[in-house]
Amino acid sequence: MTPDASQREAYGQTLVELGKENRDIVVLDADLRPSTMTSFFAKEFPERTFDCGIAEQNMVSIAAGLAASGKIPFASTFAVFAPGRCFDQIRMSIAQPHLNVKLVTTHSGLTVGEDGTSHQSLEDLALACSLPGFTVIAPADAIEATQAVRTAAATNGPFYIRLCRPKLPVLHDENYRFELGKAEVMRQGTQATIMAIGTRVVAALEAAENLGRDGIDCRVLNMSTLKPIDEAAIIKAANDTGAIVTAEEHMEHGGLGSIVARVLARNRPVPLEFVAIKDTYAESGSPADLLKKYGLTAGDIERAVRSVISRKKAG
Amino acid sequence: MARRIRRHIISMTGRAGSGHPGGSLSAVEIVSTLYFRVLKHDPQHPDWPERDRFVLSKGHSAPLLYAVLAECGYFPIDELASLRQINSRLQGHADRTCTAGVEMSSGALGQGLSFSIGIALAGRLDEQPYRVYTLLGDGECDEGQVWEAAMAAAHFKLDNLVAIVDRNGQQIGGWTCDVMELEPFTDKWQAFGWHTIEVDGHDFTQLIDAFEKVKTIKGQPTAIIAHTVKGKGVSFMENNPDFHGKAPDAEQVELALKELAD
Ligand SMILES: Cc1ncc(C[n+]2csc(CCOP(=O)(O)OP(=O)(O)O)c2C)c(N)n1
Repeated sequence: MTPDASQREAYGQTLVELGKENRDIVVLDADLRPSTMTSFFAKEFPERTFDCGIAEQNMVSIAAGLAASGKIPFASTFAVFAPGRCFDQIRMSIAQPHLNVKLVTTHSGLTVGEDGTSHQSLEDLALACSLPGFTVIAPADAIEATQAVRTAAATNGPFYIRLCRPKLPVLHDENYRFELGKAEVMRQGTQATIMAIGTRVVAALEAAENLGRDGIDCRVLNMSTLKPIDEAAIIKAANDTGAIVTAEEHMEHGGLGSIVARVLARNRPVPLEFVAIKDTYAESGSPADLLKKYGLTAGDIERAVRSVISRKKAG
Repeated sequence: MARRIRRHIISMTGRAGSGHPGGSLSAVEIVSTLYFRVLKHDPQHPDWPERDRFVLSKGHSAPLLYAVLAECGYFPIDELASLRQINSRLQGHADRTCTAGVEMSSGALGQGLSFSIGIALAGRLDEQPYRVYTLLGDGECDEGQVWEAAMAAAHFKLDNLVAIVDRNGQQIGGWTCDVMELEPFTDKWQAFGWHTIEVDGHDFTQLIDAFEKVKTIKGQPTAIIAHTVKGKGVSFMENNPDFHGKAPDAEQVELALKELAD
């Protein structure tokens, strides 16, 4: 079995490769180099690395100016500080003029763990998706993180890529090719579909495995591109399975669940359950304890699937 | 030319029925000096990579920028009449997606100096000879991001970056010293590592000298503190905060244009 791998490390290494391929790649950070692992790039290309100090607003506006001058800036900090700390700067400096800035944030969601509420970004996907023209991705493992970062570098326009702190099981092999805007079918199934994003994809697979043992046959989709969302895959899942569960390390408001609900409401309403944070802040704790207390485990996904299937039958 | 630009500002905002005449009138000499005497630019090729950049951080002074760009030939002067109308290229605040020659989408105060740092860093990486000139409001300097940028520009030793502060002493709520004390203002820029020059912002000779001097300053950015009068050139608008964000009515337009006649 492949050992678990870090998305951040994959990001850091990919930046170095990109830096060698293209001299227009530049990197900005806000005094979190060792954590975001932009340190690898800084070591290799010090002249193309700009530490802005603990000043996220300044960092994203500087990134915009670099992009307006032909550079491909990658700007990184914790997900809780961008877009949250510098939303207006992202809005006016980057999104409105549709500049080629790549915001890649780490330590997203609950699984940042012990640092607690001040460091747990549970709103960032909603904020990023609200910005016209932004592409928003949360990869499911380190290999997809590498692919997403490469895709962002090669695609003009602003990107928000959300990475997590812990190492994650590797779900893809080296031949995997990430397709922007396409949901990935991780498992076929007929009775319900679990649509998951980021760290919850592995939990969704575990849930589907467990349900399968009880004779419940679930499809699992990796919704790594949150914007633009793969509407066709959602509608197909609704048509084929008639019941859907979403799973994400994010507030219920404005994340994957809300977006899937919007697509279903417009095209093919079917019973839908949300595995997400329910309008609350969390607390310090180990990632495992937090996921359990706030209802984001494979077990929670299983319960949601059973419930959505019974609603489908009752319907 | 300054009078012409001022007449454009009055007519444009008067016709639009809204806009920001006060902080546009105060910076007429600054922006005119840049476009007509200092900047290397080509109105036929607004994207020319080697051009000097002018970044309007105080985006509400868009009427001034539009008037100057039109006089330079970036777009027809007639088009100034479309300010703030639906489908116009001349948005209420400066917008780089709509108007040729506009470098930055501003209007959310405090972001322009940071954006300019990005342009200056790119110029240095690409060994381009261009300079970046950024116009800030003094009230705008209440924003913390301005000082984040001030610190960073000095840290990065950006001697291809020039900040000009339109020190008209006023902001929406009246005098800056009553809303939020900025003094000792020049000392602050110096403490942040900037070379500073103070000028009378309505005196072309002083402005031209300052912009010449800037080119000799190495290893640090320069801030030009330009002392100005808000609403300059129209008696009833001078130092009158009412005309910060309010357009003159038809009668006031007529009066103002009379005062500004050649
Ligand atoms: C971030 C932000 N906050 C508030 C405003 C509203 N606003 C527009 S102009 C202005 C006053 C600006 O004063 P100053 O920078 O001195 O400009 P000037 O007096 O030269 O017009 C304010 C508060 C804004 N545009 N952006």
